[in-house]
Amino acid sequence: MKPGSTSAASFALLRRDLLLVWRRRGDALNPLLFAIIVVALFPFALGPEAAVLSRIAAGTIFVAVLLAMLLSLDALFRSDLEDGSLEQLVVSPHPLALLLGCKILVHWMTTALPLIVIAPLLAQLLQLPDKTLPVLLTALALATPLLSLIGAVCVALTVGMRRSGMLLTLLVLPLIVPALIFGAGACNAAQNGFAYSAPLLWLAAWLVLALILAPLAAAAALKISLT
Amino acid sequence: MNPLVLWFHKLGSPPYFYRFAGKWLPWLYALALICGAVGLYGALFTAPADYQQGDSFRIMYVHVPCAWMGLFAYLFMAANGFVGLVWRIKLSETLAMASAPVGAAFTFITLVTGSLWGKPTWGTWWTWDARLTSELVLLFLYFGVIGLYHAIEDRRQAARAAAFLALIGIVNLPIVHYSVIWWNTLHQAQTVSLVGPSKITPSMLWPLLTLAFATHVYFFASVLARSRVALLELESGKDWVRALLPATETPHD
Amino acid sequence: MTDFFAMHGYAAYVWPSYALFAVVLLADALAPVFARRHVMRDLARRVRRAASRKTP
Repeated sequence: MKPGSTSAASFALLRRDLLLVWRRRGDALNPLLFAIIVVALFPFALGPEAAVLSRIAAGTIFVAVLLAMLLSLDALFRSDLEDGSLEQLVVSPHPLALLLGCKILVHWMTTALPLIVIAPLLAQLLQLPDKTLPVLLTALALATPLLSLIGAVCVALTVGMRRSGMLLTLLVLPLIVPALIFGAGACNAAQNGFAYSAPLLWLAAWLVLALILAPLAAAAALKISLT
Repeated sequence: MNPLVLWFHKLGSPPYFYRFAGKWLPWLYALALICGAVGLYGALFTAPADYQQGDSFRIMYVHVPCAWMGLFAYLFMAANGFVGLVWRIKLSETLAMASAPVGAAFTFITLVTGSLWGKPTWGTWWTWDARLTSELVLLFLYFGVIGLYHAIEDRRQAARAAAFLALIGIVNLPIVHYSVIWWNTLHQAQTVSLVGPSKITPSMLWPLLTLAFATHVYFFASVLARSRVALLELESGKDWVRALLPATETPHD
Repeated sequence: MTDFFAMHGYAAYVWPSYALFAVVLLADALAPVFARRHVMRDLARRVRRAASRKTP
């Protein structure tokens, strides 16, 4: 790989971000812990009856994963902004959208992928029927990158704000509601024996759209926020 | 230069716009008030009661114009936001941010009056069908835009960021409008058409159209009023704003 | 007349709707009035402070 080329820059950024997450891998487990706690609280609140829990299992897991990802989204650009490397990314000759795509990929790999790995555990905690599990995993695999991508655009708009906490959630929420409706809807359809391919295909379509458009939008939003 | 184009350019200057808006504001409020009064009279007195819903259908005369305005305000906000982002026109940014709270107010009225209408008609205060859900999402989008605008210090940068967000959320507008066609909803499908005949009797229609016109005029009046104040704040260092202060002492600094 | 006020039984739904409409739009119309007062008062204060700093 030619040093100084765009692909070299992208890989370097990927390596760096993954290394940074690895150095603070304890922190990276926070979203995981949060999701487990949220899911575990429901049987305490609703009672242990399997019929009740399995009805709400898919939707609850989806919401828990969503909230867990929102937690770590806040820090997507924070450390880079503080040491100035974010501005270096913006003024670099490489396409900002591609570089941001790399950062989003790292966010998804370090936050969503572990959540998908423990999804079977969460499913067991809420007595999700076994036949629904593959659909749940597929829906999560499609919806979580959507959340990373759309969330990145909103984080780019609020970058540098000290008290942005709830504002970020408010911004992301309306945009991510369709993914939640369709993702959980697919799982509930599968659970009740109905056809579930349509919502999954919709999710896949939006994901493809977001893969192209979201990094571009995030780059534009970042340029607005950093001027 | 074409006089219309010239006037358009002049309008972009804050002091000119401030005077222009100030001149038209009382007339717009008056027109909105009069048309509103006429429309409300028709809504409450002359429109016959619906044979199925009785007098509860009169809520429609408040609910529907506000629903239309909630969508129109968002479109207005997004269009001005686009112009502000692309051409950096200060006035467009101001108009966009001024229309957000007005649109949010209309959307809020829509949701609450809809709930009050739904209880006697459907038996429930709320349901998660496509129309109601997308309208609620619209309200959250408005809150997001307003929240983002107030969270950033620099007013122009704040307006640009909020306008960007508004443009991202514009995908919700066709969802709200077509929700009753694309999905099986509890909310009824449309009866009033822009082109072609409407499925509603004229004696019930004219108050609705009158109130729709009144709310449009009111919207523009409110946006102009809010924009005037926003410009005062934005341009507070300039002479034309300082000249508006009551002349107790005139320090030249 | 009482029939009109009772809206043939729907009064509890119709009148609050119209009242909300009026109240919210009234609040929206008054907001710029108060905002303008606040802005001008702030500006006057700033001008006075700047003037008092200049006169020794």
